[in-house]
Amino acid sequence: MTAVLDVLAAVALVSGGLLCLAAGIALVRFPDLLSRMHATAKPQVLGLLLVLIGCGLRLRTAVDITTLVLVGAFALVTAPVAAHMAGRAAYRTGQVRRDLLVTDELADHPPDAP
Amino acid sequence: MTPRLRRRNRIVAVAGLVAVWLLLWGSFTPLTLAGGIVLALVVLAVFPLPPVTFAGRLRPWPIAVFTALFLRDLLLASAQIAWLAIRPGPPPRSAIIAVPLRVGSDLNLTLTAEAVSLIPGSLIVEADRRTGTLYVHVLGVTGPAGVERARAGVLDLEARIVRAIGSAAELAALDPEGAPR
Repeated sequence: MTAVLDVLAAVALVSGGLLCLAAGIALVRFPDLLSRMHATAKPQVLGLLLVLIGCGLRLRTAVDITTLVLVGAFALVTAPVAAHMAGRAAYRTGQVRRDLLVTDELADHPPDAP
Repeated sequence: MTPRLRRRNRIVAVAGLVAVWLLLWGSFTPLTLAGGIVLALVVLAVFPLPPVTFAGRLRPWPIAVFTALFLRDLLLASAQIAWLAIRPGPPPRSAIIAVPLRVGSDLNLTLTAEAVSLIPGSLIVEADRRTGTLYVHVLGVTGPAGVERARAGVLDLEARIVRAIGSAAELAALDPEGAPR
């Protein structure tokens, strides 16, 4: 039983680490800020969740697992907000590669500034 | 907002804060529970939350459907971004599209925006609260067909969220315009 849990933990930790690596590569290779925020919002969050699951399977104590659950929940809630804020600031200051956009429907309807 | 609704919102907020407090302690004892309730009341008195109205109710089966599809989407999204990151070739093209949501409540706008950012290819750039419109940046789009597919995907996601936690009135708002555009 312990061995099975350890193997599962190792699989989760390694695949989580690989996803975070892919997110890092995406940060370097993607052309503009909006595309890069995709990398921080998705593979990064899933990678973190997998690492947390791996830690939980290895630690197996209630105190640690509740903390890991909180870390995961707050990552899920805050990562999209952070990506939205950075993306919005980038758009409003014109840091967008327009030559790579197929269409830009925000340009026609600029929302009121708050 | 009626007093009854306000009391209900406050109870939901206290319950959420107490849950976080209990998870931080990692133990469920009468002392941590009482401490959490006291602390939650103090926090809500000192930092009043904006009035986010939760008018709907929780429906277990649609919530399970939403969670399952959300996890699948999160996996797909991560795989897609990872592939776009490591494949050789030119940088991926993208688009910014406007998606007018059918249910314009603050809670629905927020939840849909959060979920959209974690599913394949899409990220919120701007949210117009007045008209209930989300402006979504879509990665890996190559033409008008892809744009329409992304728009339909966001509307699908909204429908799943409303079915899971929306009120009867919000569910009704989905239907008349529910036909594919």
